[in-house]
Amino acid sequence: MAENAKLMSAEQIVVKFTGDSGDGMQLIGNQLTALAALDGNDVNSLPDYPSEIRAPTGTIAGVSGFQMCLGDHKIYTAGDAPDVLVSFNPAALKHSAKFVKAGGIIITNSDSYTEKALSKVGYESNPLEDGSLNGYDVKAIPMFTLVREALADMDMTNPAKDRCKNFFTMGVLCWLFNKTPQLVLEFIQEKFGANAKKPKLQIAEANTKAFKAGLHYGETAIMFQERYDLGAAQIEKGLYRNITGNDAAAIAIAAAGAKSGLQPFIGSYPITPATDLLHLASEFKDAGLVTMQMEDEIAGICCAIGASCAGNLAFTTTSGPGLALKTEAAGMALILEVPLVIVNVQRGGPCTGLPTKTEQSDLLQSMFGRNGDSYMPIIAANSPADCFDATYQAAKIALQYRTPVIVLTDGYIGQGSCPWKVPTMDELEDLTPYVNFWKPEDHPGEEYMSYKRDPETLARDWAIPGTKGCQHRIGTLEKDETGAVSHDPMNHQNMTEIRKAKVDNLAKVLPELEINGADSGKVLVISWGGTYGAVKGAVDRLIADGKEVSGINLRWVWPFPPNLGEIISRFDKVLAPELNMGQLSLMLRAKFLVDVQSLSKVQGDPFREFEVIEKVNEMLGE
Amino acid sequence: MADTQLTKKYFASAAEVKWCPGCGDFAIMNAVRAGMVAAGKPRDEVAIVSGIGCSSRFPYYMETYGFHTIHGRAAAIASGVKVANPKLDVWTISGDGDSTAIGGNHFIHAIRRNVNLNYVLINNKIYGLTKGQYSPCSEMGQISKTSPYGVIDYPMTPLRVAVSLGGTFIARSIDAQMKLSEEICVRAAKHRGFSMMEIFANCVIYNDGAHKQLTDKVTGADFYIVLRDGEKMTFGTEDQLCLVQDGFKIKAAKVADVAEADILVHDEKNAEVAALLTEMRPDAGLPMAFGVIYADDTKKTYDDMVYEQLEAVKAKRGRSLDQIMQEGHTWTV
Repeated sequence: MAENAKLMSAEQIVVKFTGDSGDGMQLIGNQLTALAALDGNDVNSLPDYPSEIRAPTGTIAGVSGFQMCLGDHKIYTAGDAPDVLVSFNPAALKHSAKFVKAGGIIITNSDSYTEKALSKVGYESNPLEDGSLNGYDVKAIPMFTLVREALADMDMTNPAKDRCKNFFTMGVLCWLFNKTPQLVLEFIQEKFGANAKKPKLQIAEANTKAFKAGLHYGETAIMFQERYDLGAAQIEKGLYRNITGNDAAAIAIAAAGAKSGLQPFIGSYPITPATDLLHLASEFKDAGLVTMQMEDEIAGICCAIGASCAGNLAFTTTSGPGLALKTEAAGMALILEVPLVIVNVQRGGPCTGLPTKTEQSDLLQSMFGRNGDSYMPIIAANSPADCFDATYQAAKIALQYRTPVIVLTDGYIGQGSCPWKVPTMDELEDLTPYVNFWKPEDHPGEEYMSYKRDPETLARDWAIPGTKGCQHRIGTLEKDETGAVSHDPMNHQNMTEIRKAKVDNLAKVLPELEINGADSGKVLVISWGGTYGAVKGAVDRLIADGKEVSGINLRWVWPFPPNLGEIISRFDKVLAPELNMGQLSLMLRAKFLVDVQSLSKVQGDPFREFEVIEKVNEMLGE
Repeated sequence: MADTQLTKKYFASAAEVKWCPGCGDFAIMNAVRAGMVAAGKPRDEVAIVSGIGCSSRFPYYMETYGFHTIHGRAAAIASGVKVANPKLDVWTISGDGDSTAIGGNHFIHAIRRNVNLNYVLINNKIYGLTKGQYSPCSEMGQISKTSPYGVIDYPMTPLRVAVSLGGTFIARSIDAQMKLSEEICVRAAKHRGFSMMEIFANCVIYNDGAHKQLTDKVTGADFYIVLRDGEKMTFGTEDQLCLVQDGFKIKAAKVADVAEADILVHDEKNAEVAALLTEMRPDAGLPMAFGVIYADDTKKTYDDMVYEQLEAVKAKRGRSLDQIMQEGHTWTV
């Protein structure tokens, strides 16, 4: 009975949901994420779904997953091996049981273990009965039966009732993790109740009943001997919401427009996993954000460049193959020296590769994937919430330096979510000083010259169409300071050097890197972008174990932060874990002539902390 | 004051023009300047966007804002310029290679969206800047450096494409007819919507005589017709020829052979007939159609709709940025 289930305090719990694609795994995962966050835990999550919209049901290829980690301290990743697995059918069980921690809990819907479903995924006997799951704490719950019973008096078809199993499961988990049920009930009302955007009262009632049934089931069934009790995490004071990286970037675009006084403009084309960004941004018409969904990736960046030339704050959003298509136009923004932010949500490559899976393999494409000497600044967001700040910073630098800037995020942080401390518009840096259009009234007696520069930033003087008397021509041919086309050999040398120096100069104003751990030691682990979480968690644990290990995270991956070389020189060995075949390692080796070791992983899945820890221990000779 | 009066000279830059002597582009530039005068915007509110090719050097010769961009993408870039600032008078200058080959996709979608641009497609049926390769507008059998034994690609008719996409202004002229070119540029400049102008040009170096049948001083007039809204479709050196209906088609006839009432009268608003008119070719026994073939001001422009929608959503939802940032589940620590 409930009284017998003892509350076991835990520091963190890793939960994984798996089921049919289209079975609502992302929804239930996001709901538990929100519930935990609302209850004061820190959380981090990672969706994992197949590229087919409705992949064949009941097959392993069609399994959709969602993993999350909730804790009473700062959580940096969606966790390693799950403590609790919720698998809704035999295919999902077969797909993910092997990932569960020894002794971990597996919750599954026993009603779905029909002979047909079992044989479809090659189970010769029922794994719930044949002992193959010995070593796990298996909770086989007849979910359909229980939900149908709970909804017996409702005028709904059985399939419609069965869909309420997700909220039933939420009820069980709410009890298991000792969460506040009221928050879920409020959520159901918000989403389906009378005041919802599209009220669905019957669904609201059914889900409420199913949720309460699940909660009650947790309390009364003798299934659970222990419940988890997570304390609230120590988190900086403020207003929070859960946010995905793609949503955070979309909001940053609207906010940067407002804070620069320029009309924000996105030229784009749908591509997984960046499309959610465009979805949300398309709703921001009331914030004055113009979105043009163009005929292809090239047109997406091209209309953004056109908008930039006309004085809008322009963005284009994409993923790897799209970035490849935008190559020539990115070079155009660079030689025209107009501001542009390119947000690239990286996915598995090459070519179409793994559209729904994460990877960090566009670093070298971002660095060198254009003809000619064509450097541009690259900033890599290190968490879903950081996608806001990284995109906002990119907009600032693009304006200040009159240059295209690439924001690298990835499928993991783009679609994963974590709590975001919501800033107020007043708190955000004012971007108007960086706009600084050239106007004749500010320069009496001076004639406008399109490629005259600010001596500090090397940003060129910029007059937009409509500025009185400043009509001029710019183009993609090499030109001299006056803007006139020039094929003069020394002029090209000079202009190429200036374009490079402009990006190099940025390093001077970048913040110094902060070291996690001691200033010197045996191993330095360098993460960039989305590997931040796993490396931070791993280094924290290694330090706690007394190892002489430190970590740094590169947010600006080009140019390198000013003190990077000096930090590297203070460690015996350097490790760069990357979701690619060693692209940052290559750059670090070339730049600093150090024997950087690469830990590479290209499995469509982010690093787990233990993978980093194992590699560091190997380097320490332990 | 000379430099505030909207004249053709007012729109001319000081840059030395580097087209080959005798190039058709000179005459076309003159016509475009006339269009700008008609549009009535001061030159600092005019933007010209071009792609790559001989014709794409155009912006350098114009005393306006100018963007010489990349091959084929001018339509997409110009769309961004116009949407970003609809107050600008935006012109796109492109060639047949730039528009119909590498830029085909952007070209068709700019027409489809009805972005309020003035688009000049200078068609000399050849790639000039890369020194003489065939384009999608080259004729079957045409000899070029990449078709030494003759072109075996069927040619494209850009204006027929424009009609099928619901283009709202479709006109054609030829470098040799300077007055007509000016006329269509002036009409295009005043048209609200995507103004599609195809202007035939000669390439003296790589495709000399590209349109010689139409420019022959003695017989040329027998091979083209200048269409004027509400006027009978007659043509020829002595106005002796006309167009009449032939089932669902159009055929040429001698004026003397048909009843006056049977001669077709040009209606700029008839898209079905426009489709037939754009397809007419001398080698099919029909005159090349010049003039304003189709014009319809009633269709809303894309750029207008962008701002109508922004205003409508502002009125309906009207969230502040702070409200947007705080949407969804929030909690306070």
